Amino acid sequence: MAQDDNSGKDLAADDSSAHIAVPGASTGTAVVAPDAVKNPGLPAHRKRVTDLDPKKEKRAARTVYTLFYLSIVGSVWAVAAYMAFPITPGDLGSVRLNNLFIGLGIALALLALGIGAVHWGKALMADEESIDIRHPVRGSDETRQTAVEIFDTANKESGFGRRSMIRNSLFGALIAFPLPAIALFRGLAPEGKDTEPVALLSQTMWEKGTRLTRDPDGAPIKAADVTFGSAFHVIPDGLSDISHSDGMLEEKAKAIVLLMRLQPDQLHEVEERKTWSYDGIVAYSKVCTHVGCPVALYEQRTHHLLCPCHQSQFDVTNHCAVIFGPAARPLPQLPITVDDEGYLVAQSDFTEPVGPSFWERH
Amino acid sequence: MSTTTATTSSPEAKKASGGFTAAASNYIDERTSISAAVKEFGRKVFPDHWSFLLGEVALYSFVVILLSGSFLTFFFQASMAEVHYDGSYVPLKGVEMSAAMASTLDISFDIRGGLLMRQIHHWAALLFVASIGLHMLRIYFTGAFRKPRELNWVIGFVLFILAMAEGFTGYSLPDDLLSGNGLRIIDGMVKGIPLIGTWTSYLVFGGEFPGDQIVGRLYTLHILLLPAIVVLFIALHLMFVVVHKHTQYPGPGKTQRNVVGFPVLPVYAAKAGGFFFIVFGIIALIGSLFTINPVWNYGPYDPSPVSAGTQPDWYIGFADGALRLVPPHLEFVWLSHTWSFNIILPLLVIGVFIVLVLLYPFIEGWITGDKREHHLLDRPRNAPTRTAIGAAGVTFYAALWAAASSDLIATHFQLTMEGVIHALQAMLVIGPFIAYFVTKRICLALQKKDREIALHGYESGRIVRLPGGEYIEVHQPVDEYERWKLVSHDSYKPLMIRPNSRGKITTGQRFRAALSRWFFEDRIAPVTQTEIDRSHDQH
Repeated sequence: MAQDDNSGKDLAADDSSAHIAVPGASTGTAVVAPDAVKNPGLPAHRKRVTDLDPKKEKRAARTVYTLFYLSIVGSVWAVAAYMAFPITPGDLGSVRLNNLFIGLGIALALLALGIGAVHWGKALMADEESIDIRHPVRGSDETRQTAVEIFDTANKESGFGRRSMIRNSLFGALIAFPLPAIALFRGLAPEGKDTEPVALLSQTMWEKGTRLTRDPDGAPIKAADVTFGSAFHVIPDGLSDISHSDGMLEEKAKAIVLLMRLQPDQLHEVEERKTWSYDGIVAYSKVCTHVGCPVALYEQRTHHLLCPCHQSQFDVTNHCAVIFGPAARPLPQLPITVDDEGYLVAQSDFTEPVGPSFWERH
Repeated sequence: MSTTTATTSSPEAKKASGGFTAAASNYIDERTSISAAVKEFGRKVFPDHWSFLLGEVALYSFVVILLSGSFLTFFFQASMAEVHYDGSYVPLKGVEMSAAMASTLDISFDIRGGLLMRQIHHWAALLFVASIGLHMLRIYFTGAFRKPRELNWVIGFVLFILAMAEGFTGYSLPDDLLSGNGLRIIDGMVKGIPLIGTWTSYLVFGGEFPGDQIVGRLYTLHILLLPAIVVLFIALHLMFVVVHKHTQYPGPGKTQRNVVGFPVLPVYAAKAGGFFFIVFGIIALIGSLFTINPVWNYGPYDPSPVSAGTQPDWYIGFADGALRLVPPHLEFVWLSHTWSFNIILPLLVIGVFIVLVLLYPFIEGWITGDKREHHLLDRPRNAPTRTAIGAAGVTFYAALWAAASSDLIATHFQLTMEGVIHALQAMLVIGPFIAYFVTKRICLALQKKDREIALHGYESGRIVRLPGGEYIEVHQPVDEYERWKLVSHDSYKPLMIRPNSRGKITTGQRFRAALSRWFFEDRIAPVTQTEIDRSHDQH
């Protein structure tokens, strides 16, 4: 890699705006002025204060090694802090101190080391600018010619171009060989009975007579306990008995419900859903119909539900129709009633899939 | 060669260049031929500029991520098996959670320095993506992507995407409430994709959302597959930097044919090596002083709770914002399938945007038709249309990004949620146009100012009264070095359409001419020597 040690002075004579010659390369629509200003070449080198003043140079050297010693101090400090600030179980303060003092030690070690090295480079190492000459990125004509000849020879010797049957069948084989890998990835999801995703997405744990219970303790809810303006986070009875490995979270992700009581005259119910509410108590899926966040915020004054993820808003008085935001569909309603003991129960499962839309939904 | 000469010459050589170092170097070189590499690269010159450090920050923060991440893998358990937490953090004691969450809490509360490493890892990841983004903006606005570096732009672009993928997969590993909600959103988006959505989600999650597979799968991606590809692409990226040699800013003595700067040994080794420790040190300092991602506050993932005002890591913001800004009611049933354009549209918009970023070097190269090698950078003002397009792109991204915090903007500034969304929707559409025109005018004005200074010098502030009674302000001419910066830049003119060899004007030509007109119609030519001479004659 040629490095010439001229000070750049002779570049003034060079046509410095000239680009590296690429054979046959067009300048496109670039305008190359015949009377362009000439490059004046590198300005005269200006010495640093550390080059001129030996005292300053000594001081810079002192700074550099002081920083390096300081870095050692930082590393030792970090190790000492590791031992001096152990974590006492249950004491968050000890975690904080451990984190802080080990971290500060490491930071000191690293920063002093880095700043020292950079200072050395900037203040003490030679700072005369060097110049490398660039060469065209493309290979020389000779190299390219040789490369072409090699390919030609390889082609002749192998018959790659001539033996089209061999070549094309090779391409075919190369295209086909990754296919088994794609097939293998079918195993990412369960197979067999009752594992069809569309069927799974279309049903939840709710069925006729399932009690509405509180999330997360699973206590059943009496209709009388639901006061005006209140909102309950609801899960189906029996959910908390399922273990995680048996799909508790998957069931919960579909079955969560919000329960609210409004004055019956505030509800604008369509005829066929008049029986789905009980005495002004309505239950709606808590899973946003946009991308599935829990629609957790209920504003009782306006009876609006707000999804905190993307701010879709649903009007509870109007079957949770979308009134703002990216969601497109109302929240599905869970038909409810009360059982003999006065507890709220579902009349059935949801009548449509809950949660975000999917291709096969309709 | 006789044995006598060999035995007599080697002690001499040893003596001449001094003991152990020489012997060790000799030992290694005889087995690796490494002297050739030292000869080739040892004095390779790199130009200096602060903006060249952005790429270095990206590289170094990636090294920090690898180091801190390796530490974390020794303690983290990528399993969604249910455990009852039994660690030091009292508020969650006995709570059911996945092993992933529990081991994250153990790293944070029971392993000395574990929290520090977690925070260093997370902060370094945030810095990694940020520095790549800024590095890309530097490349873009200085035209460093032009021939011969178009392919390296593509490699860098892939690295940017991979960095975001690394970030998101890592963010999701602790299986806490916040990351679980992030995955829920991804699940919802994937399901909205026509034809393949439902099954893609089903396969990715290994069944219904959330399943008990996703953390393990993301872990494999996060620590094996993605880092391997990132390392490969970084190696390619740096190899091309060596092949092309670094670009440099225009200035006296700097040409398209040279590189002016400092040699690798010793100056660059000291500065770049030192800078690695500075970057690492700053990340360590932030990690020891500032909490990031306190998963213990969020608790384990549960599909039911969510808190208001939750935010993704910053680099996912633009995608989340796109989901929020989409107009309402964009879903319908057609051909008995559900078309969720409230998902498809944001995906398309983001897709088109990033593909345009990817293709920009090729588009500009096609418009100018300039096939020369470009090693001198453009000052942004000297490529007004490119700079203006960049400003428009930044504005577009900024609107999407701000939208990810629309709820926080509304609550902090006491605005309505709807008002903020509508304002950002307007900004998304109108903002880029405003940014484009304002930036272009600023660039042209700066070019005019440069011309003025190159030809007539600075206004010195000294008012002189001429014998005839006329007052003039004396202009101080700039020296030739200063002037060179102002006059040395590429200039293009709009393409003239000419019939091809068959006497036809093709549609492609027309389109290219239209784009060329758009790019170069407003053109301020660089000052020529003739103009300078003429202006001197006048004074």
